[in-house]
Amino acid sequence: MNMAEKLLLEIVTPVRKVLSEEVDMVVAPGEMGEFGVLHNHIPFLTKLKVGELRFKVGNATRYVAIMGGYAEVLPDKVTILATAAEEATDIDVIRAQAAKERAERRLREAKDRVEFARAQAALQRALARLKVAEKRG
Amino acid sequence: MATLRDIKRKIDAVKKTSQITKAMNMVAAAKLRGAQENMERFRVYAEKFREVIGRLAAGVEQDGTFELMTPREEVKKVELVLLTADRGLCGSFNNNLIVTAERFIDRKQSEGVEVSMTAAGRKGRDYFKRRRYPIRRELTGLLNKPNYDDAFQLGRQLIELFLDGDADEVYVIYSHFRSMVKQEPTVIRLLPIVPEQQDELEGGREYIFEPSHHELLNDLLPNYVYNQLLDCFYMTAVSEHAARMTAMENATNNCKDMVRDLTLTYNKARQASITKELMDIVGGAEALKK
Repeated sequence: MNMAEKLLLEIVTPVRKVLSEEVDMVVAPGEMGEFGVLHNHIPFLTKLKVGELRFKVGNATRYVAIMGGYAEVLPDKVTILATAAEEATDIDVIRAQAAKERAERRLREAKDRVEFARAQAALQRALARLKVAEKRG
Repeated sequence: MATLRDIKRKIDAVKKTSQITKAMNMVAAAKLRGAQENMERFRVYAEKFREVIGRLAAGVEQDGTFELMTPREEVKKVELVLLTADRGLCGSFNNNLIVTAERFIDRKQSEGVEVSMTAAGRKGRDYFKRRRYPIRRELTGLLNKPNYDDAFQLGRQLIELFLDGDADEVYVIYSHFRSMVKQEPTVIRLLPIVPEQQDELEGGREYIFEPSHHELLNDLLPNYVYNQLLDCFYMTAVSEHAARMTAMENATNNCKDMVRDLTLTYNKARQASITKELMDIVGGAEALKK
């Protein structure tokens, strides 16, 4: 395999462009399971769930927390349309921790299914952020 | 003729007004910068989104599978979302939008279509309320800080309205930001959705979809509506600030002109009174001599 062949990874959210970089490999949290992308992947469109996205540039691996969205994969380009996304180094751990505790409390006190589902989603987001934050280099 | 003191008072008043308009101009300029930045950032996302949905929607049959994309055979009721500013002092900005809305309503009504309105923005709401136009819903404060939540809430309600058959079509009137000096009131159809068709992939390759094409599109379509709305919010907010900036700059210039004219009148009046006094003194002295 020719290692020189790179992919352009772009992560955009409604409020900002999080990332635009040439990378060697991307692994993203697809709704039907995690998937990896190398150069020359076939065109692929999928929904993303809340979770961790990682990518490799050379020997370094970097992590991004993704709050759900969509991914479009083309042979030389991966575009992530995320509801929100933060790279590991940008995550506010204190805030995420607080969000986690808040979500847990809401989960215990939830009165109906809607409230429960909302709390669950919030908890998932907080957990994803914390998990990714742990991996900051 | 106005007395000297009156003119002086007027000059001071105009000067104070110009200070205010100048301050408003600067505030608008600062807000414009922020709003424009947000708009640009969102644009990247929105455009990408449009592209993806365009590809997904290409080649979808109009067989009613995707209700949000299916035009109704008979259009009897439409919902109009009118975006205006909450505040005035921005030139003809609000008025342009209102006039566009009125024309739209007239045209639809002449076609026998019922139009109900969602008034987003205080100015538009007040105008149509005064004329006792039926307003289904009113919203204010949307443009202070356009955000996804607001777009989502409104979008969800509009989709519901459409799916329940309370509206056969949904339109939005917003202000399209072309440049600092040009903001155009624009009408777009929000529902049913007409995605921009995208070119097929090179080499005629097809996508793999996960989950299925159908599910993915169904999931994306409502999001597309929210994005469109948010785009309109951003645009209108930026337009509002630009319009206010221009209006306030004009006002400040007018103030300057007025101050200049008034100062001239003031000096003339002062001169005249001095001359008159001199004449009186000279006249008096002459009379004494005799």
